[in-house]
Amino acid sequence: MTSAPPVLRLTNIEKIYQTKTIETVALNSVNLTVNRGEFVSIMGPSGCGKSTLLSLMGLLDEPTSGTIEVDGRAVTSYSDKELAGLRNLKIGFVFQSYHLINDLSVVDNVELPLLYRRGMGSKERRQRAIAALDKVGLSARTGHFPSQLSGGQRQRVAIARALAGGPEIILADEPTGNLDSVMGEEIIELLLELNREQGVTIVMVTHDLQQALKTQRVVRFFDGSQVG
Amino acid sequence: MFLSYLKIAWKVLMRRKFFTFINLFGVSFTLMILLVVMAMFDHVVGPNTPAKRVNRMLFVNIIRHQRVDNHGWMNMPASIHFVDDYVRKMKTPEKVGITTAVSNATAFTKSKLLALDMAYTDGNFWQLMDFDFLGGRAFTGAEVQQAQHVCVLNEATARDYFGTTDVVGRTIEIDLKRYRVAGVVRNVSAAHVYAYADVWVPYTLSAQYFKDNRIEGEFMVVLLAPSVAAVPAVREEYRQLMRRVEIPNPKEVKALFSYADPITESFSRALLNHQDQTLDDDNIEAFYLIVSGLALLFMLLPALNLVNLNMTRILERSGEIGVRKAFGAAGSDLVSQFLVENVVLALVGGLLGLGLAAGALALVNEAHPIAYAHFELSWGVFAWGMLLTLVFGLMSGVYPAWKMSRLNPVAALRGGGEQK
Repeated sequence: MTSAPPVLRLTNIEKIYQTKTIETVALNSVNLTVNRGEFVSIMGPSGCGKSTLLSLMGLLDEPTSGTIEVDGRAVTSYSDKELAGLRNLKIGFVFQSYHLINDLSVVDNVELPLLYRRGMGSKERRQRAIAALDKVGLSARTGHFPSQLSGGQRQRVAIARALAGGPEIILADEPTGNLDSVMGEEIIELLLELNREQGVTIVMVTHDLQQALKTQRVVRFFDGSQVG
Repeated sequence: MFLSYLKIAWKVLMRRKFFTFINLFGVSFTLMILLVVMAMFDHVVGPNTPAKRVNRMLFVNIIRHQRVDNHGWMNMPASIHFVDDYVRKMKTPEKVGITTAVSNATAFTKSKLLALDMAYTDGNFWQLMDFDFLGGRAFTGAEVQQAQHVCVLNEATARDYFGTTDVVGRTIEIDLKRYRVAGVVRNVSAAHVYAYADVWVPYTLSAQYFKDNRIEGEFMVVLLAPSVAAVPAVREEYRQLMRRVEIPNPKEVKALFSYADPITESFSRALLNHQDQTLDDDNIEAFYLIVSGLALLFMLLPALNLVNLNMTRILERSGEIGVRKAFGAAGSDLVSQFLVENVVLALVGGLLGLGLAAGALALVNEAHPIAYAHFELSWGVFAWGMLLTLVFGLMSGVYPAWKMSRLNPVAALRGGGEQK
């Protein structure tokens, strides 16, 4: 019997930003595996490469060298369209500053990942968006606009958007960074609940050690290298 | 997805009202000018009364005489000898009609002098053209042969001279000659050079009507092909005919050139042919190329302005672009989205442009720049307008859309505009 491959595997990842005069090593020899159902925290000081790592895990950027595997498949040679399809199916993002589209209602924002799902009708999209909003406790706010919500509610909408497509992994980049401690706590509890009760794999970048310690594993970074 | 694009497009338009106004103004003003020009062009060359069958007609305006010893060219309409001995013997046309350019004539009423434009025609002319008769009839071929003093008046002349249009059988005195009114027709636009006049009389009454063997005269020929498909055959027969024409004065004239052209080609040949050109090229491709080029050039400036505005707009929406990319939008999805937005904007501008063009044409019609001309937006012009709008929307949207699709999602999410 063979065990299922990890959701994400990064092998010998190096990311170098090069300008005409300066070469900046953002990540150096990173090896990281995220298993199905895990909740992993990534910690480290500002500028240590946490967000770069999350961008690479989210297939939003390409490593200078090394291999990224999603569900056991290396994505190195994937085209822009194939990567977009993979992001759509497998990955959900939660950003520090929510990145909701202010011109769209809450439910339209949550539907956004499903718009790029080929062959899905509008009725099903709407049902799935409402179900995702229900999971984050905002099913009563479907017709509201982001500007009518508090910071915590906006982040809940962002989490619902990340959940709507039924991804295998959620990548959260400092999801409580813009929230006060009470709201931040609510969001962490929500993510923990999603992980615990629905088995969603989560990788979260955070500065907050207390929050990180609630997750199953903490990975520490310093100056672009994994230190623990 | 399309509905979602439309929703976003509408929201974006409403959010940036000034930007939207600039955009719409650029599109609608440009289209208004183009539509007005197209409506005028359609008025001149389209199937309008009385040349309703214009797509079956061929026109012979002039015969070009190339003089011996490089003494230049002489361009003159055809003589009756040329019409009788050559054109009327053609096999392929269903009908051959002749008319002249209008000449000045004068009539007096009890209180005023009427300056009239008079044309000389044959009987077939009235069967080729579809005039709207308010009363009476056209003069016949027999009346023309007998040089009877009959005439057809337009509505305005009938009213000015008699005070009514119910004047069939009455007599009008023009240039001291008396004519019996055979019929009265609705006014014809002076833009229809082959059909316009205030008064039409038999060509046999013309002072220029000589029966000698000269080729040059005063008559323009209109050939009616039996069908649209038969037009090229009629054209070809005329081309062959010109090769057989006997030059009556070979010591003065080296060669003769003349062509039977559809209406647009008759203009393109006249506009674009050089004086020394003897090739039988009607320049219609060049004409359409120049016209399309000018239209594109005219649209290019506002389109470039829109491109510039759109680029700014993209930077402002980089967060949205980043999110869309993160959640699975491929470059092609973003290109489609932005093009839909831009085409929607252009179509709104196009509809406004149509409204503005209708208003501008109403003002032009009010000013009467051309006698009896009434310019209007036909369905054909409307369709062209919408097509132009679409081209406009695509022209101003493709490059920004492509740039948008190339934004690096990580940089876009940070609010930057870094390209991949």
